[in-house]
Amino acid sequence: MKWNVEKTTKTLLFAASLVIIIIASGMVLSLMNGSIPAFKEFGLKFIISTEWNPTEGNEHYGALPFIVGTILTSVIAIIICIPLAFSTSLFISELYRGTKVASIIGTMVDMLAGIPSIVYGLWGFYVLRPWIIDLGFNSQGYGIFTAGLILAIMVIPYATSISTEIMLMVSNDLKEAAYSLGATRREVIFNVLIPNARSGIFTSFILAFGRALGETMAVTMLIGNANIIPKGIFDTGNTMASIIANQFGEADGLKLSSLIAIGLLLFVMTGLINGLGKFIIKKL
Amino acid sequence: MAKPKLKYNSILQREVKSRFIKDKIFSGIVITLSLITISPIVLIILKLIAKGYKQINLSFFTETAPNTFQAMEAINSGNVIPGGILNGITGSLFMVFLASIMAIPIGLLVGIFLYENGTKRYANIVKDITDILQGVPSIVLGLISYFWVVKFITNGFSAMAGSFALFIMMLPLIIRSTEETLKMVPDTIKEAGFALGVPYHKIILRVLIPTGLSGLITGILLSISRIIGETAPLMLTALGSMSVNFDISKPTSAIPLLIWQFYNDPNMVDLIWSSSLLLMFFVLALNLISKQIISKRNK
Amino acid sequence: MIDELNIQEKDAVLDIKNLSVAYSKGKYAVTNVSAQVKRNKVTAIMGPSGCGKSTILRAINKMHDLYPNIETEGQVFLNGVDTSSMSTIMLRRKIGMVFQRPNPFPTMSISDNVIAGYKLNGIKLKKFEREEIVKKSLQDVTLWEEVKDSLNKKGTFLSGGQQQRLCIARALAFQPDVILLDEPTSALDPVATKKIEELLIALKEHYTILLVTHNMSQAARISDYSMFMYLGELVEYGKSKEMFINPKDKRTDEYLTGKFS
Repeated sequence: MKWNVEKTTKTLLFAASLVIIIIASGMVLSLMNGSIPAFKEFGLKFIISTEWNPTEGNEHYGALPFIVGTILTSVIAIIICIPLAFSTSLFISELYRGTKVASIIGTMVDMLAGIPSIVYGLWGFYVLRPWIIDLGFNSQGYGIFTAGLILAIMVIPYATSISTEIMLMVSNDLKEAAYSLGATRREVIFNVLIPNARSGIFTSFILAFGRALGETMAVTMLIGNANIIPKGIFDTGNTMASIIANQFGEADGLKLSSLIAIGLLLFVMTGLINGLGKFIIKKL
Repeated sequence: MAKPKLKYNSILQREVKSRFIKDKIFSGIVITLSLITISPIVLIILKLIAKGYKQINLSFFTETAPNTFQAMEAINSGNVIPGGILNGITGSLFMVFLASIMAIPIGLLVGIFLYENGTKRYANIVKDITDILQGVPSIVLGLISYFWVVKFITNGFSAMAGSFALFIMMLPLIIRSTEETLKMVPDTIKEAGFALGVPYHKIILRVLIPTGLSGLITGILLSISRIIGETAPLMLTALGSMSVNFDISKPTSAIPLLIWQFYNDPNMVDLIWSSSLLLMFFVLALNLISKQIISKRNK
Repeated sequence: MIDELNIQEKDAVLDIKNLSVAYSKGKYAVTNVSAQVKRNKVTAIMGPSGCGKSTILRAINKMHDLYPNIETEGQVFLNGVDTSSMSTIMLRRKIGMVFQRPNPFPTMSISDNVIAGYKLNGIKLKKFEREEIVKKSLQDVTLWEEVKDSLNKKGTFLSGGQQQRLCIARALAFQPDVILLDEPTSALDPVATKKIEELLIALKEHYTILLVTHNMSQAARISDYSMFMYLGELVEYGKSKEMFINPKDKRTDEYLTGKFS
């Protein structure tokens, strides 16, 4: 039988695509399989229970403090991110479009996106945290707000680069039409640019939010790692990603299963948020 | 078609000035916020250089990390902490290398598959799954590699497990960049090949890949720059090691793992800056090289 | 040239004096153009692509201000007032512009598109004022009957020709002194083009129309005066009838006889 190169090539490409399917479905199965003991023990109450008690014989684990911590830090991050990322995108795509300044700012945004999480964590710990203390927000400088702040700095470049791309796509014809009617730049931005790029800009913040949900190292170093529901934004807490990073090394049995269950919940949360973002982008 | 008198002239005149002022204020706010946005990159790099340059010397690259006592003695006698981060450098390079030789071929193949079958339903599913994989938090990838590799293959923390987590992280990045790059190759070039009767696999090897080469390399470099700084998944998989290790079944260190270790050890804390500086250097160099390639290609 | 055209000072809506525009330092797209544009006439600017005809048009309402790299020299007077002393807001209210491709605002309804100038300029209109302006402007461009039942729908379902007429209505809503049109029919089919041409002839009763066109038969059909530009230079300017029959410059002759395009 003659060896058919054509067919082999196609088979090889198809086989490679199967790797993706296998990894993704294997990932879901492994996470589900690993979290069975936790869900068997605590049922769905696992999600709404606030107790995290590893004492032997009295073990009880609940994910709520971490879900709350994750959402709170990410929401704070996005609130800080919105004005900054929005302004920076306007700077690059509108105010200084096509100039040297815009490309320098763009490069710096890309560099920010490249900084490893752990370096952000160090900088947050040694620079940001003392500022928080000096400002008198809380005495240790750790907490939900500090973690949210560092998350904001981390996701801003991500939101900025998506928003910038979307804004650059708004047709110049439309903007010129508005200018020719006597609008100022601010009026063009609010009446033409934003209405036409609205859903894309919105999506950039959704995707940035999804990114913030799963960040680990920098958050771990700044959130204070208290396994309770925070009472305020300057209180300490913990996120889903950082409890896994913190406690995985010494975990086995029910505790390990609970951490995996938290990993599964985190996987689902980020999947839903990212899916929503991609869905909106596809409709553009 | 009589031309009616415009009644709003005077209002306009009055408002013109305030509108220009509003415009100026708005621009001022946008510029200020943009400068705030980019300020951390300057602050972080300056901080790393200011605090880290003292530790950068030859032994920093040629010796393994000191233990906590050596570091304590050096601090007490006012010396620079001895040793270096060779075990971290070699570990990072080793695991990135292992991840790359898995991710690059598979990523390229899947990227080509998506490009060739872009409109088909199955390809779209693969594309969506790739997007989902790209959004999975790296810590979760660490969990997965722990299950699959640490528990079942190497029976313990290992370089293999670390690089497998990095591989899953790298894969979607390479797939998407391959697909995007190939999309930019003009169809006519491909059709010219087919018209000459060139077989399918040769079109891929001789036409598509060479034409998109700079884009493919850029995608690979950027994905390496993304994984080289990863810490969380390695904590669950490679664990760390005090010596240089090139055995894929043994625990291995990495620069970010060492930084984490130094950060948690009061005696070694001075080493975090120089290590971070080196890590940042790797990341930024990879970024700048790929930018350079892109701008050259665009010319 | 001014004498030949016999334009009196009071007849000249626009007076362009020694206008030069450079897209980057030293690279001129328009060099030293002087011309007066006569009130209530259609004036066409013709020339091969890249000759600078759109550049002149965009210099008149200071569109080049948007791009920091572009440098403009010389003066433009609108009704005897130097436009450099006018704010862009006031200037552009008095000079409407219509673009090559129809560009109604896709996020606004048809009626909002007509009064977009007012909206963008932050002028609050009372309901009856708004209705009056919308109706009047759409009637002026003969679009009223076609869209009066769908004023609150987005304009994107309209045909290209209807969209372009909507854009003209948008420019008319401010009752400008001059309307600049930059190859307004180049994206349209012949039927839609004919409608726009008839419209422009009708509009000159109340407005001064300055039209850039790539299409010399269009210039011959509807313009009273014509400018011929070549390589950034104003080669010839005169009554269309005379220029098309008996061009004075060799380059104009060659262009009109199709030796280059």
